[in-house]
Amino acid sequence: MVSRSDARAVDPGSELLRVDNISLSFGGVKALTDVSFDILRGEVRAIIGPNGAGKSSMLNVINGFYHPQEGEVWFAGEKRRNPKPHNIAYQGIARTFQNIALFKGMSTLDNIMTGRFTHMNQNLLMQALWRGPAEREEIANREKAEEIIDFLEIQAIRKTPVGRLPYGLQKRVELGRALAAEPELLLLDEPMAGMNVEEKEDMSRFILDVKDEFGTTIALIEHDMGVVMDISDRVVVLDYGKKIGDGTPQQVRSDQTVIDAYLGVAHDE
Amino acid sequence: MSPQFLFTIEVIANGLMAGVMYSLVALGFVLIFKASGIFNYAQGVMALFAAMTLVGIQNGQVPFSHLINAVFGTNIHHFGWNLPAIVAILITLVVMVLFAILVERLILKHLVNQEPIILFMATIGLAYFMEGFGDLMWGSEIKILDVGIPSGGSLWLEEKTIGWAAEGSNYYGMYIDKLDMIATVVAILLVISLTLFSQYTKTGRALRAVADDHQAALSVGISLRKIWVIVWTIAGFVALVAGVMWGAKSGVQFSLSLIALKALPVLILGGFTSIPGAIIGGLIIGVGEKLFEFTIGPLIGGATENWFAYVLALVFLVFRPQGLFGDKIIERV
Ligand SMILES: Nc1ncnc2c1ncn2[C@@H]1O[C@H](COP(=O)(O)OP(=O)(O)O)[C@@H](O)[C@H]1O
Ligand SMILES: [Mg+2]
Repeated sequence: MVSRSDARAVDPGSELLRVDNISLSFGGVKALTDVSFDILRGEVRAIIGPNGAGKSSMLNVINGFYHPQEGEVWFAGEKRRNPKPHNIAYQGIARTFQNIALFKGMSTLDNIMTGRFTHMNQNLLMQALWRGPAEREEIANREKAEEIIDFLEIQAIRKTPVGRLPYGLQKRVELGRALAAEPELLLLDEPMAGMNVEEKEDMSRFILDVKDEFGTTIALIEHDMGVVMDISDRVVVLDYGKKIGDGTPQQVRSDQTVIDAYLGVAHDE
Repeated sequence: MSPQFLFTIEVIANGLMAGVMYSLVALGFVLIFKASGIFNYAQGVMALFAAMTLVGIQNGQVPFSHLINAVFGTNIHHFGWNLPAIVAILITLVVMVLFAILVERLILKHLVNQEPIILFMATIGLAYFMEGFGDLMWGSEIKILDVGIPSGGSLWLEEKTIGWAAEGSNYYGMYIDKLDMIATVVAILLVISLTLFSQYTKTGRALRAVADDHQAALSVGISLRKIWVIVWTIAGFVALVAGVMWGAKSGVQFSLSLIALKALPVLILGGFTSIPGAIIGGLIIGVGEKLFEFTIGPLIGGATENWFAYVLALVFLVFRPQGLFGDKIIERV
């Protein structure tokens, strides 16, 4: 397997993830039908489509939460075989959730520290005794967490239990927890949903900074077409579980099938 | 100071110490409930089992000796040694870890995503199984647990306090059992170490993370199954401490498993999801029932300690069902 540091050395623009002919259904409901696309290193790859199109399901497949009935997932040049969800994080994939999934009772700092989970290897006994290597590990990771906090400009809420934070800040903390893992691939499920214009601008800026400063590859689900056009390099369009478009924002925007899908939804809503 | 006042202080002190024991048992419940949403009916039996195992190991008893003798026609009961308490406690700890692993492998793993009621039923099954298994392993007779904890009233305290009352009053100093004092200190140390562990270690944070959100915990790389083993180990550890203290006080026998029943009102007071709640709930019930027995008890014929906690819990259920500290119950319409 390609380790994370090796993978970093690989050319930007090479393939990081590929899904081949993915089909996923829940009982009678077909969430995804024969969907294929790739994600290249260093790009922001948007996944768009009307509600119920299967975007979150796709992210859950990539993240190992859902196992598709058909199709293959290739990550860093390896074909994945039904991985356990918690192992995905160790492969270098982190995510946020459409409905914020923070550890509500814990502080901002502790949430972000928990994001460092895969980087901490001391055994239980050493942790319990808080001696030597375990102590050093805790302190080193704490520093890393503080860097993330500085990066996201959330110093003021370090110690606040996240359940008490306003929605926009919770979304930011959730991004922080995912970033703390220093993932190679970051999956963001509607990171700007429910935000006002200003909050969306902040979030867009953070996403671009993550890409530029850390070289993280990002898969992004987003509804706001303006944002998608601004920050993504390439876009996949899903509708009723099928891929109906794939290309640069400009290509996708002028595609008649895509326009129809969106207009249809606009009438429904 | 009037003797009446001093008696009241003594009652409160004794109540606090009884309360610490209730808190300990309730703590075991809360830990498991928070991490996995399981109301572990077997918590009391775990305390009994841990205490039995400790006595058996300390006395060099051969496990399953009745079974072995019946099958092979042998007549062995003892290895012929007695182990120091500390060694026996360590071995018992290992047994409780094995127990946690088995619970995860044989039960929890197969019941992931089941309704809470099904998990609850599973723990009822577990409780009865463990009770029988414990008897089979160590015999069902009442056992004396002696790990060297002193007991009896503290003479030192009696001598110190005897002068506090006015001259000539029939006050003979404060009576507090040494065992209770030690149990209190041990329980406090246990709670402090658990708190530090959960605040400042990777696994402690993972425990809290799993308690808050399973999906998010998985997404950062936490294995739920490993966490469940750890949680049941800690609950087993807490059960051992509770079992040792209660066992030292009143012998290791079936009734020890009934202390779990006292934990129920504590949980209703403190809330099922709050560790401080379990501790304070335990103390309130401990003090409340002793004070009630001391003040109102004589007026209504005594023996109020049997029911006071449950009536208090009932009052709470009516007026504050989420407990003192529990998550607010928001009704979904
Ligand atoms: N866990 C699940 N169980 C049953 N159906 C699901 C599940 N997850 C998603 N679906 C269904 O799959 C379809 C796609 O949903 P989703 O991926 O959430 O769409 P999107 O994120 O694009 O709005 C929907 O019809 C949804 O009801
Ligand atoms: Mg979605």
